[in-house]
Order: sequence, then structure tokens, then C-alpha cells
Amino acid sequence: MAEFLDYFRKERLPHIWCPGCGHGTVTGALVRAIDRLGLDKNNIVLVSGIGCSSRAVGYLDFDTLHTAHGRALAFATGIKHASPNLKVIVMTGDGDCTAIGGNHFIHAARRNIDITTIVMNNSIYGMTSGQYSPTTPHGMLATTAPYGNVEYDFDVCGLAKAAGASYVARATSYHVTLLIDLIEKALQNKGFSVVEALTQCPTYFGRKNKLGGAVETLNWIKDRTVNVKAAAALSPDKLEGKLLIGELYSGQRPEYTASYGEMTAKVQRTYNDYKGGNRGCELNSD
Amino acid sequence: MAELKKGYFHVIREKYCKGCGICVAYCPKHLLVLKNGKVFPEKPEICIGCHMCEFRCPDFAIEVKPLENEPNHGASVDSYDLSLPPEAQHG
Repeated sequence: MAEFLDYFRKERLPHIWCPGCGHGTVTGALVRAIDRLGLDKNNIVLVSGIGCSSRAVGYLDFDTLHTAHGRALAFATGIKHASPNLKVIVMTGDGDCTAIGGNHFIHAARRNIDITTIVMNNSIYGMTSGQYSPTTPHGMLATTAPYGNVEYDFDVCGLAKAAGASYVARATSYHVTLLIDLIEKALQNKGFSVVEALTQCPTYFGRKNKLGGAVETLNWIKDRTVNVKAAAALSPDKLEGKLLIGELYSGQRPEYTASYGEMTAKVQRTYNDYKGGNRGCELNSD
Repeated sequence: MAELKKGYFHVIREKYCKGCGICVAYCPKHLLVLKNGKVFPEKPEICIGCHMCEFRCPDFAIEVKPLENEPNHGASVDSYDLSLPPEAQHG
């Protein structure tokens, strides 16, 4: 392994995340996955939106882009479209990805564009002092839900899979070795890959729900999850209220930029050999 | 003792450590402690090199490395510059 800190902008460290925040763990896991694969640092673009999690790109020494709230995937789609050879990674939070940028998320998954999305899900809007987000579990407390959250939470992985993503996985900041393996596989997948990382927010989620400090909040997340392989042998009543972690879906679908490139090449051929006629386009017979 | 078991040493970046206690809580050998709000390897010789503190640290403050990689490993005591206090070595 190259020196771990070589992947960071050392002058910007230590980071501003709270003590015990899980976003740093996920950032470290991403760096380790990139290091294991031996990817070229100059060939990677990291894109993020707004939120605690989106601060991550500021500390990493790749080509990075910090964009508008929820629009990370829109910017990433543009980058991937312009230079399909680049490795585009989106680091986003639960609010950024499923609330403000929800539409971009499902449409990026529908197109199956070759972007690796890491959703750091801490179940709360941490940066703006703990409002409940679309992934806050039912009944949990938040600043804007002092009597418990009435709404039910999003299943980010189920959403991505239903919308058409070709690789979907979930891990937590407790199961870091699993997280590194999953990010590694997601980076190798040609298509839209989603890795949801459940992280702890001790400052707001842990404190509002009286879970305790960083360690207790992380234990609470650990107890909420079951590995997908272990879950196959468990009875349904034991799995109630549990989230599955591990590789949830992996499939093959035509990738967007590859399909687009094929179409462009086909049209160019038709145009270069133009000898009159409608260029194979029936509706536009100029 | 002919065969020495594989040893590890800990790189601690005290400037980065925020003292959240995650590494201390999850170390399987309980060799890390918090000293003045910063992590400190109290018994580095019992480390098994599982790297769980390193992986889970949110602040990139701790790293576990094999003892062979230590800069002064195997050097005699005379090569240490004892006029410098140990805290001057910290980054």
C-alpha cells in the first residue's frame, strides 16, 4: 500500500466532522478500495453535493467537484458523458441523494450510467442541526420530530435496484472490511453502482434518541443489521426491523455511455457516406 | 526466545485525533487507551495487527504497521538522540 495519507490533501486535515462521526470511516474505506485496485489518481473524479458527507471530497487529493445541493449525480452524468474514460465517483448523503436529489438518483439508475455512488446514510440532516430526513426510521426522534418520526423511511438499496442500478450493496461504518470489499466491487462494475453506508451521527441522531456516544450509536447500527448470507438461514420474525447488509444485487445491463457512443458512431458513419436521401432517419427527411 | 513473534507498532497522529473512543472500544486486545483525550497504545507488544482501529478511525489518526517498517527498528540504543524529548518527534 502506498502511504495512506498520500490520497489526502494533508493541509486541510484534520477534518471538520464531529468526534465519532462515521463519514471519516467511509472516506477511509473508499481510499483503501481505490488503493487496493491500484487506480490512477489522475483518472478519478469525485463529485459531491451539499451536506456533512459531501465535505469528504474537499479532503481527498483527486480531481474533485463540490456542487449544488442534490445535483452531484447531474454533474457527474455530465462529466461521464464528456469523458467516458474517467472513473466518476459520487459521494453523497442520505438527504442529498434521496430527498433533494431523488429524481437525479432514480434517473441515473434508470440510465445505468457508469458512476459509483456512495450514499453515506446517517439518517438525519446533520449539517443543519438534526432535522429528520427521508431515511430516519419510523418512531425515531429528531429536532423536527420531537414526538417521534411519523413517516416511514426509504430503502435506498431497494429504490436503486427497482430503478435499474446494476450493482447495489449496503454496509455500515462498523463492518469496514465488508464496506471496503463492496466499494472495490462497485468500482469494478461497469454500470450504475450504489453502495449505501450506514454511518453514525452521535451529535444529533445519537443525542436526540438518547443512544449515548459514538460507540453506543455505532453499536445500535450494528444490532440493526444482518448479513444477507446469514439472513438466508434466519426465520422471518427474527429479521423483523433488521436491515440486510452485503451485496444485495448484481446484474448486467447495457451501460449508458457505451450505448450512446455506439449510436454516435453509427450516425457518423451514415453521415460520412452521405449520398442523398434521409440518412436512415425516417421522420426527418431533409 | 529464538523466534520472535510478529510485532506491530502504531503511528498516532495526535493532531488528528478527536478522542471519540471508537478504536479503544473495538480493539479486541484492549491495548489502546485515551490519555489526555488522545489515543495512546498502552501495550503495543500484544497487538495482533487486525487493523480494526485503523479501519474504523474516522479521523485517520491511527495506523498499524509491522515492526520491520519502524524507522529505528533494530538500531542500537546509542543511535537515539536522547537530547530531544519524545513529544518533539510527533507530527
